[in-house]
Amino acid sequence: MKPVTPAEALFEIHDLAIHRQGQLVLSIDRLTVEEGEILAIIGPNGAGKSTLLLALARLLEPTTGQILFRGQPISHDLAYRRRIALVLQDPLLLNTSVYNNVAAGLRFRRLPRSEVQQRVQDWLGRLEIAALRDRPAPRLSGGEAQRASLARALVLQPELLLLDEPFGALDAPTRTRLIDDLHALLKSTATTTVFVTHDQDEAMLLGDRVAVLLDGRLRQIGTPEAVFSAPADAEVAAFVGVETVIAGQVTHAQEGLLTILAHGFTLEAVGDFDPGQYVLFCLRPEDVTLWVDAGTGKSSARNHLAGKIARLTPQGPLVRVIVDCGFPLVSLVTRTSARQMGLIEGQPVTATFKASAVHLIPRG
Amino acid sequence: MRLIWEGLLEAIRLLFSGNAEVWEITLLSLRVSGIATGLSLLIGLPLGTGMALGRFRGRKLALSLVNTGMALPPVVVGLIVSIFLWRSGPLGDFGWIYTPTAIVVAQLIIAAPVVTGLTVAALQQVDPRLRLQLLGLGASRGQVIWALWNEARLPLLAALMAGFGSVISEVGASMMVGGNIRHQTRVLTTAIVLETGKGEFARAIALSILLLVLAFMVNLALTWIQQHSTRGER
Repeated sequence: MKPVTPAEALFEIHDLAIHRQGQLVLSIDRLTVEEGEILAIIGPNGAGKSTLLLALARLLEPTTGQILFRGQPISHDLAYRRRIALVLQDPLLLNTSVYNNVAAGLRFRRLPRSEVQQRVQDWLGRLEIAALRDRPAPRLSGGEAQRASLARALVLQPELLLLDEPFGALDAPTRTRLIDDLHALLKSTATTTVFVTHDQDEAMLLGDRVAVLLDGRLRQIGTPEAVFSAPADAEVAAFVGVETVIAGQVTHAQEGLLTILAHGFTLEAVGDFDPGQYVLFCLRPEDVTLWVDAGTGKSSARNHLAGKIARLTPQGPLVRVIVDCGFPLVSLVTRTSARQMGLIEGQPVTATFKASAVHLIPRG
Repeated sequence: MRLIWEGLLEAIRLLFSGNAEVWEITLLSLRVSGIATGLSLLIGLPLGTGMALGRFRGRKLALSLVNTGMALPPVVVGLIVSIFLWRSGPLGDFGWIYTPTAIVVAQLIIAAPVVTGLTVAALQQVDPRLRLQLLGLGASRGQVIWALWNEARLPLLAALMAGFGSVISEVGASMMVGGNIRHQTRVLTTAIVLETGKGEFARAIALSILLLVLAFMVNLALTWIQQHSTRGER
């Protein structure tokens, strides 16, 4: 096989398949990551995310296919592993000081002592853990340990950084700060990063591009906006949190404004479809507005659906409302508005949403 | 009661009078058991590491053999080593029977499974993902093993202590393959058996105190190393 590689591609995956115990766990036809890019791979547990990461680290042998790194097939040797760095989910620090932990990879590479000292000091500072340099790793908090773990990988100045759910175990404020810091560091050092998570927020915050991995297959790859607001199919939509997905048929199309018949309702949406085509009609819960006194307010929303509140579920500061309109329609409202509107189960409400909030997926 | 009291007094006198034979016996015990433990570490550490980290056919069988070996009765080891080292035995030409070397061989056979088995247990306590993490940071296979030993240093030291403990206090095999020959193969345990048999309780008590102190001091030293190594060094 003769690879034709654009100059900027750091690695390329071709027809990769990985089996475990006879089961196909990962199958990727093609994936290219460019130099300096941060790719977030999202998917539920067991989707094959970690498998992909281990294959990229060459710690797992693909059954078939190949991975090209700077145009060359990656080899099983130490030399390749010393160009990359892997950070696993838990910090997995060695039972020694923070300094020794961060120095570990540099010492594996037998770098001179002075260089090790200087680089470790530099990265302890960049991750704001310089004060912890002599502290034994078992006495670090979760956030500190994760910073040490990231410093241990970043100090290697890897050509490719692989991160496996590095924020999973952290509480929300610690996580947000660390993600912000890490994003700044990755961008300032132009470190190409592949980063695995099941959390959409993390993917949106860090990823230049987002790839959705479901059941071992790459289902969609694109900018976070594209993936989260325009999922490629119903399963991706369900995973990324577009909760209302209903089937319908386009009855009328004029200059991009479509009329769709779904569950006996005539709905409006924006898209490039022809009359007669079957579509999946996707709505994010935050795009659905609820009214208790239908018709009093004038709004630009093109779609008005009457229904009854089937269920109210508190979700932190928000309340998830399922409205039964003949099909379940999910809306997210703040706790305050739910209280002020006096929402209760069984209450009749009108749900509205703009035609432009609808995402349509062609149905095969 | 008088018997015990007089025995104790006599024992203390023996210990502080610098009785040459008592010290000779003690040093021989220390030397023989020290060498046997050292050799068992040389065998048990790599073997245990291979069994803890490796994936090979017959691994389960090897593990159960080692675990059985940890409970080998010293007299059985003494018997087997005697047969092999007997003048007319398969290894009789070495002329090791009734020499300190024979005791080292027997004690090595007793200590090696202990060190091996506890090495396996020590390394299995380490999070298996740590290996992947270290490989992902560019460690060679050797560097991974070194790091894992370092990580498991406390239980590994415990394995060494258990190995030493199993041989310094062992009497059956030393008696059988060493012969308890005065000035040659008499070690603390065999001497205690002899003196007790002769009714020389004072000497037996003195030797027992030395044996206890020896075991205590070696363990103290290893414990000190343990405590020392837990602090994050630079």
